[in-house]
Amino acid sequence: MLFQTELFMNLRETKMKKLITLIALVAFGFTAKAQEKGSVLIQNATVITITNGDLEETDVLIRDGKITEIGKDLRAPRGVETVDATGKYVMPGIIDAHSHLNGVDINEARNVVTAEVTMEESVDPNEVGIYHALAGGATTIHLMHGSANVIGGQGETLKLRYGASQEGMKFENAPRTIKFALGENPTRVHGQGNGVQPRTRMGVEQVIRNHFDEALDYKRKREAYFEAQSLYDRRGKGTPPVPVAKNLRYEVLNDIIEGDILVHCHSYRADEILMLMRVFNDYGIKNYTFQHANEAFKVAPELAKNGAHTSVFSDWWAYKFEVYYSTAYNASILNANGVINSINSDNDQLLRTLNHEAAKVVRYGNTSVNDALKMITLHPAIQLGIDDRVGSIEEGKDGDVVIWSGHPFDIYSKAEMTFVDGTKYFDLENDPDDMRIHINPGTEFEDGANFRRIVDNREENTCLQDAFILFGEQSAQAQN
Amino acid sequence: MKRLNIFVVVAALLLGLSVQTEAQITEKPEFGKFAITGATIHTVTNGTIEGGVILIGGKEIEYVGQNAKITNEYTRIDASGKHVYPGFIDGWTALGLVEISAVPVTVDNRELGDFNPHMYAFTAFNPHSAAVPVTRVSGVTTVLSAPSSGIIAGKAAVMDLWGYSPDSMSVKKSGALVMNLPSSTGGGWWDDRSEEEIKKDYEREINKINEFFEKARFYDRMIKEYEKSPTGKIRPDHDPRMEAMREVLAGEVPVALTVSREQEILDAIEWTNSQEGMNFFLVGAEEGWRVAEEIAEAGLPVLTTTLYTPSRDYDNYQRPYQNPGLMAKAGVKVAIVSNDAENTRNAPFEAGYAAAYGLGQEEAIKALTINPAEIFGVADRIGSLEAGKQANLFISDGNPLQPMTKIEHVFIKGFKIPMDSRHSQLYEEFLDRDAVNR
Repeated sequence: MLFQTELFMNLRETKMKKLITLIALVAFGFTAKAQEKGSVLIQNATVITITNGDLEETDVLIRDGKITEIGKDLRAPRGVETVDATGKYVMPGIIDAHSHLNGVDINEARNVVTAEVTMEESVDPNEVGIYHALAGGATTIHLMHGSANVIGGQGETLKLRYGASQEGMKFENAPRTIKFALGENPTRVHGQGNGVQPRTRMGVEQVIRNHFDEALDYKRKREAYFEAQSLYDRRGKGTPPVPVAKNLRYEVLNDIIEGDILVHCHSYRADEILMLMRVFNDYGIKNYTFQHANEAFKVAPELAKNGAHTSVFSDWWAYKFEVYYSTAYNASILNANGVINSINSDNDQLLRTLNHEAAKVVRYGNTSVNDALKMITLHPAIQLGIDDRVGSIEEGKDGDVVIWSGHPFDIYSKAEMTFVDGTKYFDLENDPDDMRIHINPGTEFEDGANFRRIVDNREENTCLQDAFILFGEQSAQAQN
Repeated sequence: MKRLNIFVVVAALLLGLSVQTEAQITEKPEFGKFAITGATIHTVTNGTIEGGVILIGGKEIEYVGQNAKITNEYTRIDASGKHVYPGFIDGWTALGLVEISAVPVTVDNRELGDFNPHMYAFTAFNPHSAAVPVTRVSGVTTVLSAPSSGIIAGKAAVMDLWGYSPDSMSVKKSGALVMNLPSSTGGGWWDDRSEEEIKKDYEREINKINEFFEKARFYDRMIKEYEKSPTGKIRPDHDPRMEAMREVLAGEVPVALTVSREQEILDAIEWTNSQEGMNFFLVGAEEGWRVAEEIAEAGLPVLTTTLYTPSRDYDNYQRPYQNPGLMAKAGVKVAIVSNDAENTRNAPFEAGYAAAYGLGQEEAIKALTINPAEIFGVADRIGSLEAGKQANLFISDGNPLQPMTKIEHVFIKGFKIPMDSRHSQLYEEFLDRDAVNR
């Protein structure tokens, strides 16, 4: 019975995927701007390379989307625009390892494990927030599934090519990623909301182990079936083997075990972080990042030993019980203990000001300015497996750079130009008010949809978007 | 063998005791006479003094200026190259009322009922909230702690962030009456009421409010009449709700009106014009820039933030940052707030954005000091560095609106407070977790 249900779901998923892709192509495909590769010579700036110090009075040449030269007194090739950045700072585009900025849906919350779903079909390329993020110096985001499920959906790494299609926003050849979630969110949604395991952190561990074991069994049986089938086909006689149907969920879980998918795990408490490292060691899974990880500082030596990464808020705490015993010094402690850490937003506003979020890492714990800058550039790139392409200003890397009016940690500094693949997507000098691409008549006037009444003292909680229905009205309000 | 055991037990006990004793030692504040010298003093109300002197005696500031005779009884704090500012006032928080927002039993800012003028944030303010030390070491020395539910949510309290009881911490028990006016504009895409229904709902709610205020005025008149000459009159029954309205009607306690959108602000202005004898200010006013002239003309001060996404998709990305500056330019008195509980410490960075996008450094500092003090009617005691005022101040190594700046010393009511909090304590413990004492 269970098997049939899963089969049906898989069929439905596949159909939905095709349907959504089709709709997306029709809706956005024709109007979308082609993926552009640009060229520009930025002259005489202080270049924050991240990997090679800050270079004074230096030029950066980007040709056809790639950084081709960094040096003094470079000459612009024919037809290449030059920008005088005297007195200004050039920095790699900010990368946010945790965002829900332009997700159409965030949580497929009706099952404890939904490894088969992906954010690929849930990208809204028309979201005006993309432009707002560019205006804050961001160029790449990791669009994530929510944290309702222990094993949620797969993520999508996007370049903020505002105006491109769903397909055109994709970070080409970026490794696959998937969301895991531990602690309060999955135990609330499934245990408290649906009355199924897990209701506790004990249950969370077993959900992961059971599904990995089932996936491995599935793989063994499926391979045995293929073998038997090919034997049968060769011999052309005897009894044909009983087929083992394809199961997309188990396929994805096997891809995780085999290291083809990077795990980004929503987590807060030290004990659950240790639990997942234990489980992953048992299944041989490497290269994973703990998202939020407010108590990661308590197990920094263990994280460093396992080579696990962290991606944290600069100073959020106490909004729920599992972050009550945490500290704004988290990032500095992790950094001092040799853990590769990034600062993320998980919030459309924070995404606009990630430079100043990173500056707080200097405030809380005296981390060096360059190490703090790494936390919004190179480190998130490493965590997303794209550090060969972005995260620093180096010859051969993508032309994703931002020109700032002053040092990016100065509260008075503004992003003046933001380039993705050498193409200018934001220019402070040419910044019209209405930057919407697609105007939804339903939200044109007095748009209440994204309106936040500050007086309600509400924290946005996009991580649980689409899952509130499971709690009923009252506890949804309590969540705020 | 036996002897060894005893030795081990005794040693363990001693060790245990010593560890326990150490853990129990809590750093105490210093109190007495202090002389802060050499600093750049940002008085807010009397300009900036380079290399000046501030004398603190007990709870008060004794002297602010260029030259002072510093006797031996003063503890000297050399602040050369540093900056001194009045303690920041965050004018809109749930600090002390909300410990963990997702845990309902720790949320004390939302009482049931529509009209609760007799609910006092002062009563539920938890002096031992873990967020209080976290906030004060950031230079925010005073907050308005506000209730938030219903139409009249209750009274917000102005609280200093040092002390062991609401009584010892309160600057003003009744800092403001918090009022959530109904919205005449509908609630967005999920609001399926017709325009007519929205209008009807709004009028019904406003009528309810007007009736409540009429009743309160009647009660107030009745009590006054009775108190003038009780003889021969029946003593009116005590009504706690109506009683709590009297200081508001007398104009002693301002009314905070929470509004966001253009139309809500205009509605609020219209409603305040229909009321007499009271003081009002607006809270939120994210679209204040759209009607800045009207707000200025109505003489309404505004408490607002900057770090939120534009209220309308077709607005320029800078509008939230520009909003305070645009309102101030039109003549509105602006205070910058965090609208937070545990991260009230971020109010200076909200102000930093306002400063960078039009408000300017000096006005942004005012928006965290003298402006909220004036709005709440406590400017005689806090909000600037002046002799005779309460010694609420901090010393920083730079511009406090910058996220990298560090706050080095904080004084609240003359107490030089310990610069630790849960956050710094966890840092000390876990930076090198496995180190042992040798």
